[in-house]
Amino acid sequence: MSDATMEPTELRTADGLPLKKALAKSQARAKRRAFLLVAPLFLFVLITFVVPIGQMLLQSVYNDSFSKNAPALGQWFSEHPLGTPIDESAYAALAADLKEMKANRTQGEAGTRINYDVAGTRSLFTSTARKADKLEPPYKEAILDINEGWSDPNLWRAMRSASHPYTIDFYLAALDMTRDKDDNIVSVDETRSIYGTLFMRTAILSLVITVLCMILAFPIAHLLASLPLAKSNLLMIFVLLPFWTSLLVRTTSWMVLLQQQGVLNDIMVWLGIVSDNGRLEMMYNKTGTIVAMTHILLPFMVLPLYSVMRTIPVSYVRAARSLGATSWTAFRRIYLPQTLPGIGAGALLVFILSVGYYITPALVGGADGQLISNMIAFHMQKSLNWSLAAALASLLLGGVIILYWLYDRLVGIDNMKLG
Amino acid sequence: MAVPAYASPLERTWHYTYLVICGLIFFFLIAPIIVIIPLSFNAEPYFTFTEKMLSFDPSGYSMRWYDMLLTFGMQEPQAERGWSWWMDVWHHATWIDVAKNSIIIGFFSTILATVLGTLAALGLSRPEMPFRRAVMAVLISPMIVPIIITATGLFFFYSKTGLAHTYPGIIMAHATLGIPFVIITVTATLVGFDHSLSRAAANLGADPRTTFFKIVMPLILPGVVSGALFAFVTSFDEVVVVLFVAGYDQQTIPRQMWNGIREQISPAILAVATILVFVSIALLTTVELLRRRSEKLRGMSPG
Repeated sequence: MSDATMEPTELRTADGLPLKKALAKSQARAKRRAFLLVAPLFLFVLITFVVPIGQMLLQSVYNDSFSKNAPALGQWFSEHPLGTPIDESAYAALAADLKEMKANRTQGEAGTRINYDVAGTRSLFTSTARKADKLEPPYKEAILDINEGWSDPNLWRAMRSASHPYTIDFYLAALDMTRDKDDNIVSVDETRSIYGTLFMRTAILSLVITVLCMILAFPIAHLLASLPLAKSNLLMIFVLLPFWTSLLVRTTSWMVLLQQQGVLNDIMVWLGIVSDNGRLEMMYNKTGTIVAMTHILLPFMVLPLYSVMRTIPVSYVRAARSLGATSWTAFRRIYLPQTLPGIGAGALLVFILSVGYYITPALVGGADGQLISNMIAFHMQKSLNWSLAAALASLLLGGVIILYWLYDRLVGIDNMKLG
Repeated sequence: MAVPAYASPLERTWHYTYLVICGLIFFFLIAPIIVIIPLSFNAEPYFTFTEKMLSFDPSGYSMRWYDMLLTFGMQEPQAERGWSWWMDVWHHATWIDVAKNSIIIGFFSTILATVLGTLAALGLSRPEMPFRRAVMAVLISPMIVPIIITATGLFFFYSKTGLAHTYPGIIMAHATLGIPFVIITVTATLVGFDHSLSRAAANLGADPRTTFFKIVMPLILPGVVSGALFAFVTSFDEVVVVLFVAGYDQQTIPRQMWNGIREQISPAILAVATILVFVSIALLTTVELLRRRSEKLRGMSPG
């Protein structure tokens, strides 16, 4: 028969395409379609989120407010390596730049940049630039005549490093480090190291809040999980209503409760726990931050714990009991280990959210309940040292990304549930 | 859950102690929210219960702080309360003004977040989606990254692109913050989605558009709506981005509350807070009803 002698052919579709090719084609089409559905949002998030964060990262290493206003000094620094004595030619460049700064009214901007590095030097720029027009050679004498401060080698070191717009100085500042006059990186003295302390405090307070949330969430999540669905849905309102209530509303109510003339103090005075003169200070300190943030973040702990506890069969604990375990042993050896995924998910989420908290500490934290976010806001809005704010924010971002990555590995973002 | 018959006296005691502890924790959760409601009717400018309030004396309660929400910022608050008075409220009262802004910004950012987020969730829930995990991680990150960092970045970006102090700028920022919630709720609905339904529709001759609007959409609608509500609440409650990039014209309710709390806190803030609590009760009820409907639609346990 002719069929028997035919070469074994590939399988083909009705259109005559080889099946393998057709399959690859349709798979590619499905892939493209899925991708096209996601593409608009991805682009949107890229523009409104990823690019701005990129800008922030750039701001943390790029600051041209000195370099663009002091071209002559920049030229001099690039021609003379570190260690060259600061001679007449350097002062001539400085004088040229100061004259230009005066003409463009940029002495404040340039001085501020140097002031970040060497405190108290902004006035040096403004006061000297005011008299810049009268400067005559020899410039060294003329400038030192106006202000002796210009001879400070540390100042020249700072100007040298600021003459490049790209710098890691702001990261150094954010890590409580600085450079000495020989350009070596050294830690600032203990009394001036504020950021390290602040990062530590943020981590410790977040940890305390996470642990408190764990302790408070465990019993109620367990209760909710072991009640019949109709009842637990009703009790769930107690968890979900705070979750849906505005953050500012919850913070305000804590301010009302914790004030010295507030409800909690009134109750304690009425009960005779404290005297009227001995009202407790529970707000504008760490206590305020911890209490309010624990309340606000508690639902984020209860919800993942609850969803894990729901899936644990009751029969396991019963089996343990029937095999002779005491209720404590059954809980410790059988129940608790099964809730670990929920505890992990909730704890990570609460910790991640609390390290970046801003509103609540700003309102109820006072001076020593502030977190790193408040310092970022301070530098953005008050001191206007945007590059330092960006450097602090980038460090915080780095920490959060590590935790987020950990969360994704351990829990998976797909498993995040709301309500 | 009842105490089992074989429980020892110690276990019984523990069981009741445990229930009391749970009760206290529930109290801790809900009491701070409830306590501001009666305080907002305080006749005195105090933040605690006065003698008169405790003895339920009607003169201890008043609506003056709610009245102040209307009159604050008005041009002629003392005028007779007629048509022109209410027009004055509508055009000049600060709280009405910020409420309008909050609703406008919330509405548009919700639409933006919901449309883009739902489309993306449809794509992300397909198994063929390339780099699914990484893309998902990027899209969810606005929820995880501390808001102060996002706001700082937006400040730099917007001041360069001229989007600062504009409505579109804030709407886009708020949409970005709401998107993770839409994606999470819609993908959760799609997990239980039976894809043979859309195949059946295609088999019966429906084109992809008809299939989507007639078959897929009604089934995922509860998820989409609750995602939209989450997005709306996110925008409605957001203050840091508004603090950083909004101008004087784009002040929102939380921004005004922030001002009020920082400058001079008065029980008027509690009146706003009370109104917001009722808004959140309404939203929570809606979401809960939607969730039950979704479970019913998908043939899961009747809630």
